[in-house]
Amino acid sequence: MSHPRFHARRWLVAAALFAFAASAQAVTEIQFWHAMTGANNDRINDFAKKFNESQTEYKVNAVFKGSYPEAMAAAIAAYRAGSAPAILQVFEVGTATMMSAKGAIKPVHQVMADAGEKFDPKIYIPAVASYYTNTKGQMLSFPFNASTTVFYYNKDAFEKAGLDPNRAPATWPEVMAAAAKIKASGASTCSFTTGWQSWVQLESFSAWHNTAFATKENGFAGSDPKLLFNGPLQVRHIGNMQDWAKKGYFTYAGRKNEPEAKFYSGECAMLTSSSAAYGTIKQNAKFKFAVAPLPYYADVAGAPQNTIIGGASLWVMGGKSKDEYKAVAKFFKFLSDPERQATWHQTTGYLPITLEAYELTKKSGFYEKNPGTDVSVKQMIVKTTDKSRGVRLGNFVQIRDIIDEELENVWGGKKTAKEGLDAAVARGDEQIAKFAKTAKE
Amino acid sequence: MAMEKRARFRSWWLPYALILPQIAVTLVFFFWPAGQALYQSVFIQDAFGGNLQFVGLDNFRELFSDEHYLASFKVTAVFSVLVAGLGLSVSLVLAVFADRVVRGATAYKTLLIWPYAVAPAIAGVLWVFLFNPSIGIVAYWLKRVGVEWNYLLNGDQALMLVVMAAVWKQVSYNFLFFLAGLQSIPKSLLEAAAIDGAGPVRRFATIVFPLLSPTTFFLLVVNLVYAFFDTFAIIDASTSGGPGQATEILVYKVYKDGFKGLDLGGSAAQSVILMLIVITLTVVQFRFVEKKVQY
Repeated sequence: MSHPRFHARRWLVAAALFAFAASAQAVTEIQFWHAMTGANNDRINDFAKKFNESQTEYKVNAVFKGSYPEAMAAAIAAYRAGSAPAILQVFEVGTATMMSAKGAIKPVHQVMADAGEKFDPKIYIPAVASYYTNTKGQMLSFPFNASTTVFYYNKDAFEKAGLDPNRAPATWPEVMAAAAKIKASGASTCSFTTGWQSWVQLESFSAWHNTAFATKENGFAGSDPKLLFNGPLQVRHIGNMQDWAKKGYFTYAGRKNEPEAKFYSGECAMLTSSSAAYGTIKQNAKFKFAVAPLPYYADVAGAPQNTIIGGASLWVMGGKSKDEYKAVAKFFKFLSDPERQATWHQTTGYLPITLEAYELTKKSGFYEKNPGTDVSVKQMIVKTTDKSRGVRLGNFVQIRDIIDEELENVWGGKKTAKEGLDAAVARGDEQIAKFAKTAKE
Repeated sequence: MAMEKRARFRSWWLPYALILPQIAVTLVFFFWPAGQALYQSVFIQDAFGGNLQFVGLDNFRELFSDEHYLASFKVTAVFSVLVAGLGLSVSLVLAVFADRVVRGATAYKTLLIWPYAVAPAIAGVLWVFLFNPSIGIVAYWLKRVGVEWNYLLNGDQALMLVVMAAVWKQVSYNFLFFLAGLQSIPKSLLEAAAIDGAGPVRRFATIVFPLLSPTTFFLLVVNLVYAFFDTFAIIDASTSGGPGQATEILVYKVYKDGFKGLDLGGSAAQSVILMLIVITLTVVQFRFVEKKVQY
């Protein structure tokens, strides 16, 4: 034991271990769980890699955790086990759940303020920012990938049907007149279909016509709103769609994005769906197509207002160390960079989150080269109203399922539009009441 | 007589040690989750486990006052009877034929056993590929012969589709057991009956089927449990419970409310109800159906 060389070696080992521990401590590592697949997954990994290379203090680990609901369920399980990620990507319908989970999350405005990072909600596109803002005007989560509802049409099919391929139908009656012509001429086997029916045909539809979807500012001003989407305007529209389904102008093709495949395969000539479908459609469509604003009813006062966002935002989980929150703040600052935002917008079809990113994209001539890609932005950069800011409801996942079920009953002719929407409102209200019980302070 | 068969252990702890792994597995994977379900069913909580409130039987009361939940019982009953009934009869027919085949018997058997290796979600997707109104090849044929096929809007067709997928997946399992049962029937009995002038149908009805009854009974229990619990992946991958609620069986609703909707109390209450149903069904089967079984 007293051999001097032995001592020296022990000291060396200890010193080396100490140095290793010190260097490991210097880097604060945080987990970022997301649900992005394909090209979008590559972009996220790229963001994390570039961020990690840009500095030496922090390291972000981007981990793909399955679909939106799966990633959220995984994070909740991890939170209960005490190993939640620092950053979690949550889809828009999960917003109310996250907001009411006090303690489980840390509001973004607070994270940024604590870390001393500048954070100005005004640089964001209003309709995007307001969705993730509380009644005091504080931003709770970091807007990331937001899309909205747009109209796509097959220019080749329009030409074949004798319609002007350079003029998109602007109103619903025009859409149906076009549908009738397409069907009569046999230009395609299906005239019109829609993805995400609840989001497009009811939520966004209501905002687009500046009509309330629910009381309490569509749920923004309280956790116990009452649903209102069985009003005369919505009943009129859903009734029209049922009629169009009967006449063969509207083909129902599924609850989520399945109808998009019907459009890019050429089967359906017109589609309403997410602006984020642009990339996939462009990749797959073997015909000329164009993007146009969501149709509306011209006789409704205040229409068109603005459409509603979909997609996801980044939430910061609670119970982390000060250093970890600093890392989160630095990463968010990195993501807010206008250049980066602009690239994200141009390569994914998601909205540019900041106004500056939009200006940059405009200046670069991207919109001229890719006509229609600015439609979604133009629909969004207006001042929102209490009825058009968005829809934020507790148990929204279940409510969307209920709406899907009742709309299927309407399309299938089992119920009238009024009966279907009344049932959906009654059942949805029960879900909200149930959620309000667990969300109480 | 039975006493003589009993094995004798020299030490008192050895038998317990031998069954310990089995008991441990049962405790961890059955009793613990079941206990958790019972516990959570009397609480409501937010998704993150915060705001835990004891509500007694409110979750159950809410379920039974919800007509849509009650409607899902009917769907489940129809679905399970169809899956178990069709699954058993189709596989019995296949087993009887496979038992008679002389040439290439192994090939037939292998092919028939294959579907069992397919995961339920994949089975659902496979059948969707065949029957999807816009890309399905079978849907295309159906349309050509004038059948208005669209399971996205037609509830009966959707139910048919998920029943087919669920049965297809389970036929292999049933087939294996039936085939083994058939092969253990003494040939001499059948030959004696044949000499007495009994035709194939009569031989099946009076000898084969009664002798198969233990197998059939076992499979009936297994198939009902399968239809109740293991089929949610098929439904999730093919119809998601739609159109309307035409294919929303109880176990799918448990999954949907719990994992997608994050309503843990309500979902736990549903799984407790489901557990009670299956326990009742199994007891009923053992008390009444088993009496008709000849071992």
